[in-house]
Amino acid sequence: MVAKSMLKSAAALVVLGLVAGTADARPVKWARAGDALTLDPHAQNEGPTHNVLQLLYEPLILRERTGKLLPTLATSWKTTEDDPTVWEFTLRQGVKFHNGSTFNADDVVFSLERALQPTSDMKGLLTFIDKVSKVDDHTVRIKTKGPNALVPNYLTNLYMMDKEWAETNNTVTVQDYKEKKDNFAVRNANGTGAYALVSREQDVRTVLRRNDGYWGKGEFPLGVSEITYLTIKSDATRIAALLSGEIDFVQDVPVQDIERLEKTPNLKVNLGPENRTIFLGMDVASPELKTSNVKGKNPFADKRVRQAFNIAVDREAIKRVVMRGQSVSAGVIAPPFVNGYTKELDALPKVDVDKAKALLKDAGYADGFQVTLNCPNDRYINDEGICQAVTAMLAKIGIKVNLVAQPKGPHFTLIQKSPPETDFYLLGWGVPTYDSHYVFSFLYHTRSGKDGTWNATRFSNPDIDRKIQSLNTEIDVGKRNATIADIWKTLGDETVYIALHHQTLAYAMKKDLDVQVSPENAVHMKFIAAK
Amino acid sequence: MQDVPENIAPSRAALGEPSAGNKRGVRRSRLAAFLDSDLLHSFLRSKLVVVAAVLSVAIMGAAFLAPLIAPHDPYDLKSLSLLDANTPPAWEKGGDRQFLLGTDDQGRDILSTMLYGTRSSLQIGICSVLLASVLGLSLGLWAGYVGGRVDAVIMRIADVQLTFPSILTALLIDGVALAIFRHHSLDGGKFWILVLAIGLSFWVQYARTVRGVTLVERNKEYVEAARLIGIGPLKIMFQHILPNVLGPVLVIATINLVLAIITEATLSFLGVGLPSTEPSLGTMIQVGNKYLFSGSWWMVAFPGLTLALLALAVNLLGDWLRDALNPKLR
Repeated sequence: MVAKSMLKSAAALVVLGLVAGTADARPVKWARAGDALTLDPHAQNEGPTHNVLQLLYEPLILRERTGKLLPTLATSWKTTEDDPTVWEFTLRQGVKFHNGSTFNADDVVFSLERALQPTSDMKGLLTFIDKVSKVDDHTVRIKTKGPNALVPNYLTNLYMMDKEWAETNNTVTVQDYKEKKDNFAVRNANGTGAYALVSREQDVRTVLRRNDGYWGKGEFPLGVSEITYLTIKSDATRIAALLSGEIDFVQDVPVQDIERLEKTPNLKVNLGPENRTIFLGMDVASPELKTSNVKGKNPFADKRVRQAFNIAVDREAIKRVVMRGQSVSAGVIAPPFVNGYTKELDALPKVDVDKAKALLKDAGYADGFQVTLNCPNDRYINDEGICQAVTAMLAKIGIKVNLVAQPKGPHFTLIQKSPPETDFYLLGWGVPTYDSHYVFSFLYHTRSGKDGTWNATRFSNPDIDRKIQSLNTEIDVGKRNATIADIWKTLGDETVYIALHHQTLAYAMKKDLDVQVSPENAVHMKFIAAK
Repeated sequence: MQDVPENIAPSRAALGEPSAGNKRGVRRSRLAAFLDSDLLHSFLRSKLVVVAAVLSVAIMGAAFLAPLIAPHDPYDLKSLSLLDANTPPAWEKGGDRQFLLGTDDQGRDILSTMLYGTRSSLQIGICSVLLASVLGLSLGLWAGYVGGRVDAVIMRIADVQLTFPSILTALLIDGVALAIFRHHSLDGGKFWILVLAIGLSFWVQYARTVRGVTLVERNKEYVEAARLIGIGPLKIMFQHILPNVLGPVLVIATINLVLAIITEATLSFLGVGLPSTEPSLGTMIQVGNKYLFSGSWWMVAFPGLTLALLALAVNLLGDWLRDALNPKLR
C-alpha cells in the first residue's frame, strides 16, 4: 500500500512537473465557423478579418475588452494647443516588425494613406482626415477637416504596416476584394503584433507563433505560445472537436449546444453581449428588383411594403426558438453600446399579420410578390436559421421568399459591389467606434466615394447625408448628440432596414483557459495568461 | 438460353421479351413467359429480396403519395409556426400527437417532411438516372457501332471523367450551373440543376458497358443481315442492337438509382442541393446534424434511417437483378 501510494505521489509529481514546465506558455487550438477574408490589413472592414489581423498587426490605439482605449503603437495623443483640428500622436519607441525593421512615423503615414485609397474598405472610417504628416521619427500629426473629438475611436482597427516591406513586395495598393484581386499582403503578414504568421491556408488553418521580439513582453501575460486558428464551418464538427479535446477554444458556440457544453466537466462557456445588431436590408430605390416577379416597379420603394415586412417579422419568436434566448430583440440597428442609442428607438414594433396584409393591399400587392433573400451561412449565430424563420413569417403575409444561403465571402461581395447585386439581404453590423456616426456613414449615407460602402439599400437622402457629414466636424457634444437623435428619428420613419436582434456571444473553452467575451468579438490573445 | 449463348447480356426470354424476329403472339406470351421465367422464380426463392422489394415499394409508394398521406404540408411556409419547433417525437416527454416523429428547428413536422423529402430525392434520382442512361446508352451505342475516331473520342472523354469521383463532377457541374443562373430566380430550377449535375456525372458507366456489348453484337449475323438489306445505321443501333444491351443497363440503372439518391443527399448535405425551405432527405440530415449534441436526435435519426433503408433495399434489388440476369451465374 505504501509503495503504491508513493508511486502515486511520484506520478503526481511528474504530472505537476510537466504542468509546471509548460506553465509559462501553452499552445491554443482555436476554431471558428469563418475565416478572415484576407490578411491585407485595409481590404476588408469585417469582424472575423480584424479578429485574425489584430494578432498580427497593431493599431495606434487598441480598444480593450472593457471598452477602454489602450495606448498601443501610440503612447499618447492630443490635439495641438493652437489648432483643435490637428491631432498629434507620440509613437512608441523600440518597436520592431516581425521582419526586424523598426517601426517609425513613415510607417504610420504610409499605413493611414494606404487605408484612404479607393480600394480600401477602411476608408469609410477615415472620412475626417484631411492630411497625415510626419513631424519627426516618433511623432505624427493628423489634420482633420474640422474639429472632431472622436478621432482616437476611429483608429482602433487601423493596422500599421511596414512601408519598406509593402514597397518591396509590391503591396502599396490595397487589394480590391470585391473584384477578387490579389496581392502579396493577402497571404503574408509583417506586423508588430504579439504573434507572427507561420503558415496560412485560407479557410482551413492559420498558424501563428508568439513574437519573441514583442515590445509588450513583460507588460502582457502572453501565456499563449502558439495559435492554430481553424476554420470549421459545420457546427456539429466544431463542437465535436471541442468535446473530444482536439481543440481548446470555440469562438462561436451554436446556441443549441451551450447547455450541453456547460454540463461537460472539463469545459466552460463564457457568455456576453456583442456590440453588433443583426438586420435585414432592402433595395428601396432601384426602378425594378432583379429577383422579383413584379416588373416595372420596385415594391420596396413603397414605404408601406417595408412597414408590412417590419410588423410581419416576429422577433421574439426568433429569439426564443432560433436563438434559444441568446439574443436581445431589436427595433433599431444600433446596439445598446452605441452613443445615440435609446430604449425608445429600440422599442419592438408590434407583430400584426393582419395589419401587414392590409398595408400590402393598400400598396397594391394584395396577392404578395416574390423576392430572393440573400443570407450568409457562416457569419452570424444561426444566420441561416434566422433567414428561414423570416421566410416562413413573410409567407404568412403572402410574400414568397426564395432563400439563397451561402458563405460570407460571396455574400458580402453581393452587398459591396456597385451597384449591389442583392434585393433583400441579411447583415450584421458591429460598431467599433461606439458611436452612431459609424452606423450612419456605412449603412445610411448615399454610396459615394468613402461613404455608404456597406449600404446596399440604395437609400439616399441628401439632407441626411449633410447631417451625417456635420457629425464629423461638430465639436459641441450636446449639439452633436441632438443631430444624432434627429437623424435616428427621420430614419425610424423610413424603415430602410428591419432590425432583428442584438447578438449575444458564447465562447466555449477548456477549463484551464479563460477567454472572456469581448463586445467586439475580437480575441486579444496577448491578454491571456497560462494557468 | 440458346438464342444468345455467347453473350453476357441477359437472354431475352429471361427478360420476358420476345426475340427480335419473332413478333407473333407477343401480347399473350409476355405475361406467360414472365410468370414462367427464371427471373420470377429466383425472385420468390430469396426471402431477402422479397423483403427488399416490399420495403422499396413501400418507401417509394409512401413518398409518391406524400401529398395525400402526409399529415402536414412542410413546403407550405404559411402553415409553419416557429413555436412548434424542436418538438420531440410523440412518445417522448414534451411530444405532441400532432407531430408523430417530432419537428425540426423551423417547426416542420418530421414525418411529413420526410415523405416530401424522399419524394424529391427519388424524383431527382429517377430523372438523373434517366438522363445518365439515355446519354450513356446513345453515346455507347454510337461509339461501339461506328468505332474509329468517334469511338476513341467518346471513350477517352469517358476515361478522363472516370478518374474523378462522381461527387466531384457533380459538385463542379452544380457550381458552374449555379454561377450561370445566379441572377435568375431559381424557382424549381435547382431541381433540374441537380438532375443535370448528377446525370452528367453518371453516364460513363452506361456508355462503357453498352459500347462493350455493342462491339460484340455488331459483328453478329443478324446485324450483318440487316445491313445487307439496306437498313440504316440508326435503325440498326436502336431497333436491333438496343434490345440486346438493355439488360446490363437495367442493372446499372437500379444500382445507380441508389447512388444518385445518395449523391443528391450528399450535395444537399454540403449545402449546394435543394434549398432548406424545400428539404430533401440530405437537407434534413444536414439540418439535423447541427442538433446532434443538443439532444434533438430525432431531426437526424429518422431521415438518416430512411435514407439508409431505401439505399439498402434498392441496392439488394439491384444486386439480385445483376445475378439473375447473368447467364454465367446460372
